[in-house]
Amino acid sequence: MILSIQHLYILVGLILAITAVMTLADRQHPKRYTSALFWGLYSLVFLVGDKLPPALVGVGAIAMAVIAGMRGVGAGKHDEPTPAQYEASAKRLGNKLFMPALAIPLVTVIGTVLVSKVKIGDAFLLDPKNTTLVSLGVGCVAALALACWLTRETPVQGMRESRRLTDALGWAVVLPQMLGMLGLVFSDAGVGKAVAYVTTSYINMDIRFVAVAVYVLGMALFTIIMGNGFAAFPVMTGGVGVPVLVGVYHGDPAVMAAIGMFSGYCGTLMTPMAANFNIVPAALLELPDKNAVIRVQIPTAATLLVVNIFLMYFLMFR
Amino acid sequence: MTPDIPHLWPLIGVAVIIAGFVLRFNPMLVVIVTAVATAAAAGFGPMAILTAIGNGFIKTRNLPLIILLPLAVIGLLERHGLRQHAQNWISRIKSATAGRLLIVYLAARELTAAMGLTSLGGHPQMVRPLLAPMAEGATETRYGKLPDRIRHKLRAYAAATDNVGLFFGEDIFVAFGAIVLMTTFLHEAGIDVEPLHVAMWGIPTAIAAFIIHAWRLRRLDQALARELDGAAASDVPAVPATQEGC
Repeated sequence: MILSIQHLYILVGLILAITAVMTLADRQHPKRYTSALFWGLYSLVFLVGDKLPPALVGVGAIAMAVIAGMRGVGAGKHDEPTPAQYEASAKRLGNKLFMPALAIPLVTVIGTVLVSKVKIGDAFLLDPKNTTLVSLGVGCVAALALACWLTRETPVQGMRESRRLTDALGWAVVLPQMLGMLGLVFSDAGVGKAVAYVTTSYINMDIRFVAVAVYVLGMALFTIIMGNGFAAFPVMTGGVGVPVLVGVYHGDPAVMAAIGMFSGYCGTLMTPMAANFNIVPAALLELPDKNAVIRVQIPTAATLLVVNIFLMYFLMFR
Repeated sequence: MTPDIPHLWPLIGVAVIIAGFVLRFNPMLVVIVTAVATAAAAGFGPMAILTAIGNGFIKTRNLPLIILLPLAVIGLLERHGLRQHAQNWISRIKSATAGRLLIVYLAARELTAAMGLTSLGGHPQMVRPLLAPMAEGATETRYGKLPDRIRHKLRAYAAATDNVGLFFGEDIFVAFGAIVLMTTFLHEAGIDVEPLHVAMWGIPTAIAAFIIHAWRLRRLDQALARELDGAAASDVPAVPATQEGC
């Protein structure tokens, strides 16, 4: 393939390295050295991470967590336009401002839908396993070029803005990856099997409705712990779904899988473990309460879980 | 149940992470301590623990791409007034309210995700620069300058609406990864199901999700009207706020 996810890792590694250097050069930065070290370590994970011994990367990840835990990651000073300048610029550029922002999803969709099968010689143009992410990368670079042209700014200013927003996010940027790592450690250590054992051996599933409720709520609960419905599905379906709902009660497995996975997604809406969806947006939207997005989602998710129990009960045994 | 009892010691990890989040330690520290505790409880030695953490950290490098890649463009556009323009743009639509705007977005997000177009949204590229400012702008046009508490509530609703639309749309797209995961797992357990059937049986839940969340968005409008109405003269269009605190 010609454009692979590896190129994106290098691109992100370079952006983070520039962020680290800009932080180091920022004399007014209140946490200049620790912040620069944090972003520098993170850039190395992308630039050379797969070539280093894994244990060394593990040491780096622990160092990053310690820096974050000791409040060592802070935001620098960024010169922002005045409110009047913002308004003047918004008036001058008008709807043109929407174009680069909308170009990102547009290029991503075009890449995913149309370019994904394109080959040059024997090689795919886009990494076939990561078409969406690679298309997103292409979209972001194209949109940046368009934005620079429209606003007459340089890509260097783009890097400054990238650093401003990375600063606003802080260590929350790294949290999804940390949690992803934890999910893998959990499955290496057999946490899934242990949780499934505990939830399934102490509940009487002789009543069909109880078995359905255990499966639906188990998917949600397990997703709340693991932060990911994909991790919960094999465990709960292997533990309860296949042996009890299909094996004993002869329910429709397609209904079980469809509604079961959606019940897991209800769990995703309720857990800080799904940082990408819940914690990062709170940071991105500059909300003082990191759980604000989860708080809004809980009523929707909890109601839907109850609906799911009944939907599964009636649709599975029709 | 088969009587083979798995090791229950790794469950310590679950206890550690719940305790860590409840006691509000830094999440990065909680996660790393949990990883070490879980691996140690499963009998890993120090080198094996470090290796497991390092390997996991490398394997999940794809996760932050979707956040980090759009930042330069979005930041540059924000510097040139994108958020202000989004607010001004929505304030021209007189019938717009935060709730109605978000209901329309919810429908669009869920339908496009169901067609496989999951990248037509997202928090860094859609919610922060466009959707959240529009929700704030529409509310401001009606009720005047908003207190920070309302502003934050609207932003949280915008982020949540993107999530709900995405989650309950994407799974009824037949070629989505989750469907492949489910049918592959069931196949290995000796049960063959058509991917199309799994996608189809997701539709009732997808509709229920839309109804429940849209109803809550209508209630959001009612709550906003209750809370803000007396405070604002509705015929004077408010000047959209331009500067937001961090």
